[in-house]
Amino acid sequence: MNWELLLQLALNGLIVGTLYGVVAMSFVLIYKASQVVNFAQGEFLLVGAWVCWWLLTHFQIPFVWGFLVTLAFMTLFGILIQVVVLRPLIGEPVISVIMVTIGLSIFFQALMKWMFGVFAQPFPPIFATQAVRVLGLEVQTVYLMSLAISLAIMGAFAWFFTASKYGLAMRATAFDQQVAQSLGISVRQVFAMSWAISAVVSAVAGVVVGVVNGVSSALSFYGIKVFPAVILGGLDSILGAVLGGIIVGVLENVAHFFDSTLLNWGNMYQIAPFYVLIIILMIKPYGLFGTKNIERV
Amino acid sequence: MAAIAMTPCGDFRESYRADTTIFPTRLSRAFAIAGIAALCLVPLTGDRYVLSLMIQIGYLGIAALGLNILVGFTGQISIGHAAFFGVGAFASAWFVEHGAPVLAAIPLAGLATTAVGMVFGIPAARLKGLYLAIATLAAQFILEDFFARAQWFTGGVAGRVTLRPSLFGYSFDTDEAYFYVVLAWVALSFLAAANLMRTRDGRALVAVRDHYLSAEIMGINLTYYRTLSFGISSFFAGIGGALYAHYLLFVSVEAFTILFSIQFLGMIIIGGLGSVMGSMMGSAFMVLLPEVVQGFADALAGGMIDRALGLGNAVSFLREMAIGAAIILFLIFEPDGLAHRWRLIKAYWKLYPFAH
Repeated sequence: MNWELLLQLALNGLIVGTLYGVVAMSFVLIYKASQVVNFAQGEFLLVGAWVCWWLLTHFQIPFVWGFLVTLAFMTLFGILIQVVVLRPLIGEPVISVIMVTIGLSIFFQALMKWMFGVFAQPFPPIFATQAVRVLGLEVQTVYLMSLAISLAIMGAFAWFFTASKYGLAMRATAFDQQVAQSLGISVRQVFAMSWAISAVVSAVAGVVVGVVNGVSSALSFYGIKVFPAVILGGLDSILGAVLGGIIVGVLENVAHFFDSTLLNWGNMYQIAPFYVLIIILMIKPYGLFGTKNIERV
Repeated sequence: MAAIAMTPCGDFRESYRADTTIFPTRLSRAFAIAGIAALCLVPLTGDRYVLSLMIQIGYLGIAALGLNILVGFTGQISIGHAAFFGVGAFASAWFVEHGAPVLAAIPLAGLATTAVGMVFGIPAARLKGLYLAIATLAAQFILEDFFARAQWFTGGVAGRVTLRPSLFGYSFDTDEAYFYVVLAWVALSFLAAANLMRTRDGRALVAVRDHYLSAEIMGINLTYYRTLSFGISSFFAGIGGALYAHYLLFVSVEAFTILFSIQFLGMIIIGGLGSVMGSMMGSAFMVLLPEVVQGFADALAGGMIDRALGLGNAVSFLREMAIGAAIILFLIFEPDGLAHRWRLIKAYWKLYPFAH
């Protein structure tokens, strides 16, 4: 048993897991506000990362400015998707809504491949030092940045939903649309805003992953990894999404460790979360923190 | 069927038999039979390209029909249909490898896929809507991983080579001959599906879709019918997959991706959820769409647009984009699919020239 490797992998899992948590959070945000299961969440990461990469490499602008322009772009992108594609489908059966987001997903995946190619592109380096030692373990600086950004986003979410007017309006809409409407909340605005915030937050995660691993279409797989995380945490719980993401991140790294040292099955890194997903769906479909749905069949 | 135009004025259906009939008039039955007979003549034209497209439409149409029974008739959803299609393809190749004649291996593959589908249908019995979508998504990835892992079943990365069917010493080894095998299975499958919807079981599936609580109160066992629907859907997927395997003669472990599953969903949405004929129209649309995109790219090749956008190198991406865009546009503008459009066209001619 190689304890140091296991610890290193668990730490990596924790850091990647917080990123999953951030993406899962923005997934849950859309689900709670507008009851849409967004299969195109991964494409938000992809589009955001590619746009940021393009701004940085083509115009040679500093990272901070490129990043801010990306966020502004993603705000518009999120609103546009909601208004153009999702708004006409309000009131349609759940299958149609799921399918339209799947359609969006493959459309943007192919569009990005067409525009930027199929090869992974590295971001220009942002930090001078590559890695630092924390508690005796080697940690890349970008990983620390990603952890800091993830925690900052989570803090911002917590503030937004408990203290800001818009956050409260969103929670009210999630709780009961008609009541919210009767209290003067514009449900249309809330829907558009939830998509905008979700797109922006996902793009931040996308840029962080892009800085760490390079930008490629592999980013859209984060959108799939979100499902084990949100089901584990409960589909409509933001806290559950964060915890689910961290658990999935740690789980896949630990599974990878046992796979490479003991079992030699291969590919457990990718597949282990899906086995967990099936088991959770069988025994506890509302997850750890989700609202219990008493409708059992 | 255009022959609806021949239905008499005051079309009262006085018995259940008249209400559930597949062909409302004798002429419509004649049209259907004539259509199949016309299809039998296609190989005589000797156009290999058209023939290969027709064979593709055939086996994809069978699998899409299975998915339509699950999604369109029972109201369940599956994002892992390509994985079941793959199970059928590998199972058929495996049976042939172990000495089964190809024509027997195809239905056996269907049964094997049914068994696999039932296993994944167990969560389906308790889940619905988006939870089921996510569960089948997991099934897709687990099965894909299984294909890559199970050397004994799939041949691993090398894939599996298989044979064309033969009967009484006659080998269907040309595309022309194989076309008839596919056509026979298509006719059989569509007849079976159309008849399924006339039986108690078929109506039970529709009842589960329309209002599952009412259905349960009326004595329909939800768990049984949801699992059954998964099984039927997998059976058709298995048959389609087996026909695919014996057409291409090679099954690769990488063929059955999630994109393929999404294409199946696209077929039934474009064709029309809950329409038997729609499954066929949708798969025809999905097979022809990439060809049309290719045609456009070829037509524009060398021109200004081509140079500006680099279309020539991007045709595979353009195809994927076209699939995604087709799904989105159909859901927004024509959610009932091509089958609905076809009904409107028929209704227009029924009243022609006195449309009002």
